Amino acid sequence: MDALILQVLNGLDKGGAYALIALGLTLIFGTLGVVNFAHGALFMLGAFCSVSFAKLLTISERVRDESVTFFEAYKEVPYLEIWWGETGKSIVDWAVPLSLLLTVPVMLLVGVAMERGLIRFFYKRSHAEQILVTFGLAIVLQEIVKSFFGANPIPLAAPAALSGSADIGSLVGLHGISYPLWRMIYFVFSLGVIGAVFAFLQLTTFGMVVRAGMADRETVGLLGINIGRRFTVVFGIAAVVAGLAGSMYTPILSPNYHLGMDFLVLSFVVVVVGGMGSLGGAVVAGFLLGILQSFASMTQVKAIIPGIDQIIIYLVAVVILLALPRGLMGRRGVMEA
Amino acid sequence: MSIKLEWSRRRFLTTSAALGAGLAAPHVFVRNAWSQDKVFCNNPTGGTVTLGFNVPQSGPYADEGADELRAFQLAVKHLNGEGDGGMIPTFKPSSLKGNGILGKKVAFVTGDTQTKSDAARASAKRMVEADKAIMISGGSSSGVAVAVQSLCQDMGVIFMTGLTHSNDTTGKDKRRYGFRHFFNAYMSGVALGPVLAEEYGKDRKAYHLTADYTWGWTQEESMKNATEAQGWQTVQTVRTPLGAGDFSQYLTPVLNSGADVLILNHYGGDMVNSLRQAVTQFDMKSKQVNGKNFEIVVPLFSELMAEGAGAAAKGILGTANWDWKLDNAATKAFAKSFGTEYGRPPSQAAHTCYAQTLLYANAVEMAGTFYPPEVIKALEDFEFDGLGNGPTLYRGADHQCFKDVLVVRGKEEPANQFDLMEVVKIVPRDTVTYDASIFGGELGPAEVKGCAA
Repeated sequence: MDALILQVLNGLDKGGAYALIALGLTLIFGTLGVVNFAHGALFMLGAFCSVSFAKLLTISERVRDESVTFFEAYKEVPYLEIWWGETGKSIVDWAVPLSLLLTVPVMLLVGVAMERGLIRFFYKRSHAEQILVTFGLAIVLQEIVKSFFGANPIPLAAPAALSGSADIGSLVGLHGISYPLWRMIYFVFSLGVIGAVFAFLQLTTFGMVVRAGMADRETVGLLGINIGRRFTVVFGIAAVVAGLAGSMYTPILSPNYHLGMDFLVLSFVVVVVGGMGSLGGAVVAGFLLGILQSFASMTQVKAIIPGIDQIIIYLVAVVILLALPRGLMGRRGVMEA
Repeated sequence: MSIKLEWSRRRFLTTSAALGAGLAAPHVFVRNAWSQDKVFCNNPTGGTVTLGFNVPQSGPYADEGADELRAFQLAVKHLNGEGDGGMIPTFKPSSLKGNGILGKKVAFVTGDTQTKSDAARASAKRMVEADKAIMISGGSSSGVAVAVQSLCQDMGVIFMTGLTHSNDTTGKDKRRYGFRHFFNAYMSGVALGPVLAEEYGKDRKAYHLTADYTWGWTQEESMKNATEAQGWQTVQTVRTPLGAGDFSQYLTPVLNSGADVLILNHYGGDMVNSLRQAVTQFDMKSKQVNGKNFEIVVPLFSELMAEGAGAAAKGILGTANWDWKLDNAATKAFAKSFGTEYGRPPSQAAHTCYAQTLLYANAVEMAGTFYPPEVIKALEDFEFDGLGNGPTLYRGADHQCFKDVLVVRGKEEPANQFDLMEVVKIVPRDTVTYDASIFGGELGPAEVKGCAA
């Protein structure tokens, strides 16, 4: 029983990341009708916003390390630590949460620039062409990051106060269920972001227009509303959502330039399983597949079908699509023309 | 009647070409006959000899690869008589003269194995075919080592392995053209088993997470045998894909499995990730299971990983091939030379690659030729000292080096940024020596057609 609860918890943080990426993908697909293969790269860019922010905070002075005697060694001491002592140290410690301050504006800018600079020229083109151009863009973004940060993963730590694990079992009267704190924070964070996106779409006039545009772009346009500009903003929001997901994920998984591709493929499966164009479906499928993947890694399951942890998501996708060709919550008429 | 010789230009050219070919022919035959046993892959003819260094510059073992490359560059420098000479003065018996190899200046080319077997084979092949490398060295994965080793056997090029720890490299997959200076999983198990029983007791239950390829498998088997011989039980062994990144789904079941020791058969970036996640995220080191402190063991440990894992590496037991803090003249000379050059001490990956380069160069000098079968003979059963590990034997039967093995621990109170591991015990060479036949395998022939054919 404990083991099952733990695997559900484990699925939730991964599922949170899948859901956030899939949400952005669906948002873009629903509004602009573009299949954005560069969305994984946006997740990766978000993670590297945190890396850059942490690097900015730890700009260091090279100080001769006197404790090394057999050759001249230098150690790096961050200026923040030199200037502000302990305060500086704790600012460096909180680099990841603080980096969201950088991630949001940067990703909004990146998203808007991407839509205005490239994607909008492909609205009227076929999905195949959109996939090619966005996939190409993803590769370009990857290589840019690789040339700046190298090919290797860059470890970032969660703040000391939020690392380690918490015994959440005792809250509900169960013993021996403790789970890493940051991963639970990530889950709550992803719920928060999902909630904010839905609230934005449901409760604001802007969101209402966007939803109307998703349903019938032409009519909204005929009513004299500049739907194109709003969709640009939507693209920016989707980029921010992916960026936030990537940014907060860095303490869980050290980011490298390839991070986006690893998540992109899974996120597309999530979108398809959830149903093309369905925001709720994307979120539900994200968490569902995250948990399933986690269960498949259990030794008891792997003992029955070896290697199942590597293919479970695709297997489930096949089964669901055979039973429900439009996915869990797919609407009629989306991508069926 | 006069005979008119009419020599047209065309006839003159054909005749002289035919004459020339006729005159030259015997010479060609003679030369071939004279050097019949000397036709071999990439025989260096000019004033330089090219070595091929194939290291992971990306992938989970890239940190090791970067350090290996530093060591190779330093070794080439020292072989060419530049710098302070590093371990060349301490190396005994040595035929090295500090003027390159057989008087030829040493040059090198590099390749990226990407920590993948197919990429490693492709880059090794390129270095042999396009860059005319006489020897290939490097690599930081046994999957890569085994793949490149068999390629080198086919091409007739000697392969001095870098960091590879699988029993298979000099066991079932051993090759006549492959040589390993690094120790292996079997030796780690034999060295570590008794220390684990001493530190953590004989009544322990172990849970293995294992990198799913040749090295992980043999490491798991060796650790299982060594710990079970001490009375430990093995609760579960779980395979994880190489480069998994997030190991959380494999770590979550550990604490509820009844195990009180986690053995991480991971290396490089994988180990840094799994150890960091186990210690800093899942807090395993502070847990109590079966009334005992939960412990984590990393059978193959290194300074680079301790650097990557940071505080998570503190107090972790493992084994190492070599450590820069060892108290012998060769180690000190190498650490000083490397530290002065790069501002950091060498890792065990760097050390083994440096030693391998010197050992190859020395064997060529001993043989007096680059001809691989002769070089192989010089390396087989070569007994040496002064490369940092004490007296060492390059066993001819399986091309495995035998020397002392270090049991190490992540230091609790590092004196500086490089002081990350302490040597707990030096296990003597005789204890870790085994019968070459236990792992099977065939070395194969020394005479191969190779790439010259």
